[in-house]
Amino acid sequence: MSRYFTDEHEWIDVEGEIATVGITDYAQEQLGDIVFVELPAEGTTFDKGDDAAVVESVKAASDVYAPISGEVIEANGALEDEPALVNSDAEEDGWFFKLRMTDPSELEGLMTEAAYKKFVASL
Amino acid sequence: MTANDNIAMLEDALPLEALPLDAWHRARGARMVGFAGYHMPIQYDGIMAEHGWTREHAGLFDVSHMGQLTFSGEGADEALELLLLSDIKGLKPGRQRYSMLLDQDGGILDDLMVSRPGDGAFDDAAIYMVVNGATKYDDIGWMIEHLPDDVIMNHMADQALLALQGPEAGEAMAALVPGTADLIFMQCGAFDWNGVPLWISRSGYTGEDGFEISLPADAAVAFADALCALPQVKPIGLGARDSLRLEAGLPLYGHDLTPAVSTIGADLGFAIQKRRREEGGFIGHGRVMKELADGPGAKRVGLTIEGRLPAREGAQIYLGDVQVGDVTSGGFAPTVGAPIAMGWVSLPHSAIGTALEIEVRGKRIAAVVAPMPFVPHRYRRKA
Repeated sequence: MSRYFTDEHEWIDVEGEIATVGITDYAQEQLGDIVFVELPAEGTTFDKGDDAAVVESVKAASDVYAPISGEVIEANGALEDEPALVNSDAEEDGWFFKLRMTDPSELEGLMTEAAYKKFVASL
Repeated sequence: MTANDNIAMLEDALPLEALPLDAWHRARGARMVGFAGYHMPIQYDGIMAEHGWTREHAGLFDVSHMGQLTFSGEGADEALELLLLSDIKGLKPGRQRYSMLLDQDGGILDDLMVSRPGDGAFDDAAIYMVVNGATKYDDIGWMIEHLPDDVIMNHMADQALLALQGPEAGEAMAALVPGTADLIFMQCGAFDWNGVPLWISRSGYTGEDGFEISLPADAAVAFADALCALPQVKPIGLGARDSLRLEAGLPLYGHDLTPAVSTIGADLGFAIQKRRREEGGFIGHGRVMKELADGPGAKRVGLTIEGRLPAREGAQIYLGDVQVGDVTSGGFAPTVGAPIAMGWVSLPHSAIGTALEIEVRGKRIAAVVAPMPFVPHRYRRKA
């Protein structure tokens, strides 16, 4: 399994043709206390860059974009009952949704963990 | 583009200014944002934790962006009664009132606190006033236009303003300034702390017991340090200030109150004492009288929301297919444990218990008109 990162502060775990998407620990830190996550329904299809989810913190609503094109095969139901999972475990249990990728070549432009760390340090 | 647009753009482009506690906030790990023209702390540990701390202990808020004004000179009370809808002549030394500036059409230009210093505080000024930070320069312009030359308005730009709020605020404040233990809600007075003159009122914007403290800017760091050295006190950012005031049902100017809405519709008629209702004589009086007699077209209401999805400012409120109002403030309420909102709804649909819907990102969520405050006020009143 390989993990990729975007400059929109999302992470993507890729296993075969399935991509699991979440927001990074840096992103949850910036958003603050998360009180609601609106997730896409199974079967929804996205082009890279489409609005895919909304994260509501106490203060504001923030869009999460599809980092890669594909069809939603599962959304993380645990976030319905416990949206704060995104704060406590953004990069594991706080995942948002899984996509069946339609164009894996889109992964090529994304960052590795080391590159993302460097990117965050530069902000 | 009109000339006004150009001016607005220039104002937006002005660099943010630093307040007296700027470095103090940063040293405590605050995340700073631009607000009302200043760098302000939005949060330290997180809004939920800070909100909870204030409801259980005591939170220290820096509100030095607000405008602090004094009025003195012959006829100051009479002149201010033209501008403010409250009873100014009857305001006793050491007493504070909530009041408003209205425009000629009765629209709300600002909401504010006004008090009678006494004790020789503020160079024997007749009146001390605190106005909103984002509106202070407009307020000053409006008042200069309508005050006679004999009345002197002084904008105290060198004065900091802090708020200490929460159930432990009384004991924390008394540890530094013992005399404050005798104050009750909306009383105020001059105090001394290590030679620093303090003007303290028992009031605030969270629904909790607490104080607002005006002091010279050069003493603000030492006083904030002394407060935060007490076990009850932690610094709290603007984020929690907003969630606390929303739960307390208190309107935020520029959002819940604007020049487009009226005092009576805002359910803030308590600011107009009996004599002023009867005699009028303030700018905007016509609309107040008319709405007292006939009712306003729309009312500011509280809304409880079903589910977990917050409805925020700008969301439209519906009854069936008909839009009957707008959300003007909304978000997750940490003490309530659910989303709540404040909004304006047309009068026929504004009764407590009315079932409505709010549209959020194309979806309808169920909402019910609810009494405010959402969290009971715990002011220190007379025994």
